[in-house]
Amino acid sequence: MSTHGGGSEGHQVGSTKLFVTVWVWLALVTGIEVFLGYEQLQPVLMLTLLVILSIGKAALIVAYFMHLKYERFSLTLFLVPPTIFCIVMICIFFFPDSLRILQLGPGAP
Amino acid sequence: MHQAKEAALGSLWSGGTAPFATHSKKLGMWLFIVSDTLTFSAVLLAYSYLRLANPDWPRPFHFYPAIVKSTGMTLVLLASSLTMVLGVAAMHRNDRKSTVRWLLATALGGVIFVGLHMTEWVELFHEGYTPWSTPEGMPLFGATFFGTTGLHMLHVSIGVLYLLFIAVGIGRGKFTADDVEVSGLYWHFVDLVWMFVFPMIYLMSIQS
Repeated sequence: MSTHGGGSEGHQVGSTKLFVTVWVWLALVTGIEVFLGYEQLQPVLMLTLLVILSIGKAALIVAYFMHLKYERFSLTLFLVPPTIFCIVMICIFFFPDSLRILQLGPGAP
Repeated sequence: MHQAKEAALGSLWSGGTAPFATHSKKLGMWLFIVSDTLTFSAVLLAYSYLRLANPDWPRPFHFYPAIVKSTGMTLVLLASSLTMVLGVAAMHRNDRKSTVRWLLATALGGVIFVGLHMTEWVELFHEGYTPWSTPEGMPLFGATFFGTTGLHMLHVSIGVLYLLFIAVGIGRGKFTADDVEVSGLYWHFVDLVWMFVFPMIYLMSIQS
């Protein structure tokens, strides 16, 4: 059988074992997040920790499941930095005082 | 010498070159994913802003059923991403039969996700949480919660239809490995969004 299916890619990457390992990591981090949810933390701290963990999970999904790690690096440069830039801009300018909420302090949960 | 090289490769300015060494469908799906990422970023930022700004934001999620169910939904969606990856790998081996099986397993994961999510919504309805009212008298919670999770559920439902469409085509001998890979990109993205929706909405409002 010729390489009809994968011909255009030219590289068959990632073994089943690797994907299962990534999946186990994702499930573990999910477990940590649920555990954190039951800790009595200040909402801002809690949200920060949860988002950091979720960004880690997102990076695993994008790199391995969505294959970006194995694409040409120019594609990563084309996609990731502009997206991050836009998200930062949304965070700063979406509301007139989006960032002020952090200084005002949300008070008790 | 230079001209000969140019004739062999084709001019950079006359098209036909692929700077990202990938095909246009994949690039198109990536661009869609970037734009959809920004949609969900805005929605989740708006939700988190309201969540932090209101000390008495509703916290309706009991350990059971809400947290148990949503954690289960997370694992189901992650598992469906795994079957999707295996489907893409099977198609790269040109094994259409197992590709169809993996794709159907992935779609089944999506259906289970939507089903669990629906039952969880219905339980919230019974407790008085609707898109326009809550028992605490904070309709903003209802609007943003059902809006955000509903938008995500819509993405999952469209993903299930997309996967079924591709699976049927693969079974009939249509489509290539590229098409399976592009549908996989969409499915993983839906999974990725839930990795933010779940902690930022559910885990931030566990009933204490």
